[in-house]
Amino acid sequence: MMSTPTKQMGRAGARSRTLGSLGQLFARYGIVIALGLIVLALSVLSDNFLTSGNLTNVLRQVSINGILAVGMTFVILTGGIDLSIGSVLALTGMVGASLVAGSKPHSPILAILAALAVGVVAGACSGIFIAWVRLPAFVVTLGMLSAVRGLTLIYSQGMPISNLSSGFKFLGQGTFLGIPVSVVLFGATALAAWVVLAYTVYGRRVYAVGGNMRSAHTCGINVRGIIFSVYALMGLLSALAGVTLTARTTAALPQAGVAYELDAIAAVVIGGTSLTGGIGGIPLTVVGVLIIGLLNNGLDLLGISSYYQQVIKGLMIVAAVLIDKARHADAA
Amino acid sequence: MNVARHEVMSGSDLLLKAEGIQKSYGGVLALHDGRIELCAGTVHALCGGNGAGKSTFLNILMGLEAPDSGRIWLNGSETRFASPASALAAGIAIITQELSPVPDMTVAENIFLGRESRRAGWFVNQTVMRRKAAELLERLNFAVDPRVKMRRLSLGQIQLVEIAKAIDQRSSVLIMDEPTSAIGDKETAVLFDAIRQLKSAGVGIIYVSHRLSELFSIADEYTVFRDGGFVRTGLMKDIDRDELIRLIVGGSLIDQQCAATEPEKATLLEVQGYSRAGEFEDINLSLKSGEIVGLYGLMGAGRSEFASSLYGISRRNRGRLVMDGAEVEINSPGDALKFRIAMITEDRKASGLFLSQSVRKNISLTSLSSLSRRSFINERKEKAVVQRMIERFHIKVRTRDQPVRQLSGGNQQKVLFARSLTTSPRILICDEPTRGIDEGAKREIHAFLAEFAAQGNAVLMISSEVQEILASCNRVVVFRHGRQVAESPVTRITPERLLHWAS
Ligand SMILES: Nc1ncnc2c1ncn2[C@@H]1O[C@H](COP(=O)(O)OP(=O)(O)OP(=O)(O)O)[C@@H](O)[C@H]1O
Ligand SMILES: [Mg+2]
Repeated sequence: MMSTPTKQMGRAGARSRTLGSLGQLFARYGIVIALGLIVLALSVLSDNFLTSGNLTNVLRQVSINGILAVGMTFVILTGGIDLSIGSVLALTGMVGASLVAGSKPHSPILAILAALAVGVVAGACSGIFIAWVRLPAFVVTLGMLSAVRGLTLIYSQGMPISNLSSGFKFLGQGTFLGIPVSVVLFGATALAAWVVLAYTVYGRRVYAVGGNMRSAHTCGINVRGIIFSVYALMGLLSALAGVTLTARTTAALPQAGVAYELDAIAAVVIGGTSLTGGIGGIPLTVVGVLIIGLLNNGLDLLGISSYYQQVIKGLMIVAAVLIDKARHADAA
Repeated sequence: MNVARHEVMSGSDLLLKAEGIQKSYGGVLALHDGRIELCAGTVHALCGGNGAGKSTFLNILMGLEAPDSGRIWLNGSETRFASPASALAAGIAIITQELSPVPDMTVAENIFLGRESRRAGWFVNQTVMRRKAAELLERLNFAVDPRVKMRRLSLGQIQLVEIAKAIDQRSSVLIMDEPTSAIGDKETAVLFDAIRQLKSAGVGIIYVSHRLSELFSIADEYTVFRDGGFVRTGLMKDIDRDELIRLIVGGSLIDQQCAATEPEKATLLEVQGYSRAGEFEDINLSLKSGEIVGLYGLMGAGRSEFASSLYGISRRNRGRLVMDGAEVEINSPGDALKFRIAMITEDRKASGLFLSQSVRKNISLTSLSSLSRRSFINERKEKAVVQRMIERFHIKVRTRDQPVRQLSGGNQQKVLFARSLTTSPRILICDEPTRGIDEGAKREIHAFLAEFAAQGNAVLMISSEVQEILASCNRVVVFRHGRQVAESPVTRITPERLLHWAS
C-alpha cells in the first residue's frame, strides 16, 4: 500500500546512515570494544599479563562472580534484584563443608546436593515473598541478606570449617582437560543459561515478564511462577558458587561472600542488562564479568592499590550505564 | 529572505510555519519534507496514514525531538526548540499520542506537573492545586476526580487529564496528536466545545485524528502527509471525504463493505449473570458462531471491565460461563487462551505490548508452544509465521527485529492484532480494535473481522464509535453504569437510538 521512505532518501540521508550505523555499532558493541582495549592496554603495560598462567588465574578468579552474575542476569531481566546471594553463598558453603569435614566425611556428591538444595530453598523463600506476597525484591532480599548470614553464623557457631575431604576439594582445585574445574563450571553455567534465555520458551517468558508485567499477564504467562523461578535459580547458582569457593579456599568461612552481590550486579549492568528489566543477555554479562576480573587482575599486576581499584571499578559501572543510555536514546 | 516571503504570503495571522523538516532514525528517513502553515484562530487537521510521519513532525515542532534539517518560524521569527520546556515557554503545548502520566501522582499533581502552585517558593501547595484542578475539570465538563492517583484511571480518563493539562497551559499553539482515540463520542463533543472556545480566543490548533468525520466537523484547514512527505494543503470546505482519503492513501480505497454475514445458530459462548462489585452487574449475553457483537456505551459504562473479567484478567464476583454447552472456568488469561479466546486490550502500551522488544517476539509470544519443540523455539517457523502476519496486516516495519517502540501508533496496534491471531482463536474479544488506525487499515480490519466470523468464529467488539458498530456488527449490546440496558440487531437501530440508550 505504501512505498518505503527509503526510496526518497537523498545524499544527506545516505551520509547520516553511515554515521548512524557507526554510532549504533559502537553503542551495541561498545562494551566488547572496551574489553579489547583493556586487554590491549594490559598486555602493553605488563609483561606478565599475557601468560597462560596469568590468564588461567584470571579465569579462576572470575568464575565465582561469573556463576553469580549468570543467575543475577535472570533476576534483573525480570526487573528484580537479589541482594542476598553473598549470604546464601556462605550458608551453602558451610552446609557443604560440614558434611565433608572431619574424620568421617560423607560423599562429596551428597554434600554438594545438600548445599544446592539449601540454596534453592533460600532462593524460593525470597521468590515466594516477591511473587505472591508482592513485596519489593530489594526489601525482601535485603532481609534475606541479614537473616541468612545470621543462620550461617548460628550453624557454624561463628567458626570456620576446614579439613575438607580431598574429593570435595577437587571442585575448587582440580582440573578438567587442563582447565580448572571452577572455570569449567562457570563456562557450562553461562552456556546453558545463554541457550535457555535465547532459544527457549521459558527464556522468552523471562524477557516478557521484565518487559511489561501486565502485558505478560494478558498474554497468558504465569507471571508469578516466572518470578518465583528466577529467585530459586539464583539460589541454586549461589549454592554452586558457595561450594566451589569453599572447595577452592579449602575452608568454609562464616564471613564468606560479603558484598559479592555488588560485583555480580556490576557485571550484569556493565553488560548492558537494564535494571528495569526486559533487556540484556548472558553473552554481555560474561563480558562484564571479564572486564571486572581483568581490571582487578591488571591493576594488581601494575601494583595499583586496591583503594584505587575500587574507584576505577565505580567509574567503569557509571561509564557502562552511560553507553547503555546512549544506545537507548538512539532507539527511543 | 524567507522571513520576508512568508510575511507577504500570510498576512498577520500566521502563527507557526515549518518547512522542509527532515528526520531519520538509524539512517532511515521517517520524515523527508514536513511542512505546515498554522494561522491563529484556526483548527488545522494534519492527516496521513499510519507511519506517514505526523507524530514525528509534531514532536519536532515541540522540541521533543531534534530535526536533521528544516526551518521553523513562530510569529515570524525563526526558532528551533531544544526542549519541550522552551517550546512551552514560547507558547506551544502538545498532547502527545503516546500518553505518559506519572502513575503514582494524583490527577491534580499531573495537571500541574512542572508548574506546581507553591507556598513560600519551595513547598508545593496541594490545596490550591487541587482546587484549581477541580475548577478546570469542571469548566471542561470532564468527569475525573482530581484527588485520585493516575494509576486508577481508565485510558480515556487519562486522555481527558492530558487534554485538560494542555488546555490549561494557555498556549497560543496547541498540538493534539490523536486526542480522541481513547475517548467516547460524548467526551469528544465536550472536547470540541473546548476547542471552539480556544479557537475564538485566537489559539491555533493542530489536530490529528484518523476519524475523518471529526475532521470535517472541527477543522478549518488540512495538510496531508504521505510516506514522510508533504502532499497538499487547503481549506476543509474545499474538499470532500473521498478526495481526502485519496490524498491520504495515495489512491482510492476499494469499498470493502463487509456487513457481517448471517450468523449460524450454534452458540459458542454464553455469559450468565456476570457481576463484579462496583464495575458491572448481572451481564447475560451469548455469542453465536459467525457473529460480531458490538458492546456500546459511554466511557465508564463498565464495558472494558466486563471484557477483562471475561478474559480472566480480573476476577468476577458472580456468574457462569458456558462454552459449547459445558460450563467452563476462566480465572486467568492463560485459561482463556486454552479455550481459544483471545483478547486485544484497550491500552496497548500498558497491557498489550512489550515496547522494548522486537516485533517478532511481540507477535509470537502467545503462540510459542506451537512454535517450539521440547520448549526450544523453532526460529525458522517463528519467522515464517511473523512474516505472514506482517504482510497480512501491512505492518510497516524496517525489519521484524525492530523494537515495537519504534513503530508508529497505528502500526503498534496492528502488532497487537497480529499476535492475537497467531493463536487461532475461536472467540476474539477486542477493546477499541481500530484505535489509532488509519482509514485504509480500518477497513482492512473490519473486513478481516467479517472474514474471521464467517469462518464460524465469533467476535465481541467494544467500540465507542457508533459508525463502527453499525457498519461491522450483527448485534449490539448497550451498557450504562455497569448494567446491560439494551440489545438489538444493528439493522433495526439508528445512531440516535444507540446514544439515547447509552446515556
Ligand atoms: N524512534 C524511532 N526509531 C525508528 N523509527 C521510528 C521512530 N519513531 C518513528 N519511526 C518511524 O517513523 C515513521 C513515522 O512515524 P510516526 O510516528 O511519525 O507516524 P504517524 O504519522 O504519527 O503514524 P500513526 O498515525 O500510526 O500515529 C514510521 O515508519 C516509524 O516506524
Ligand atoms: Mg502518530
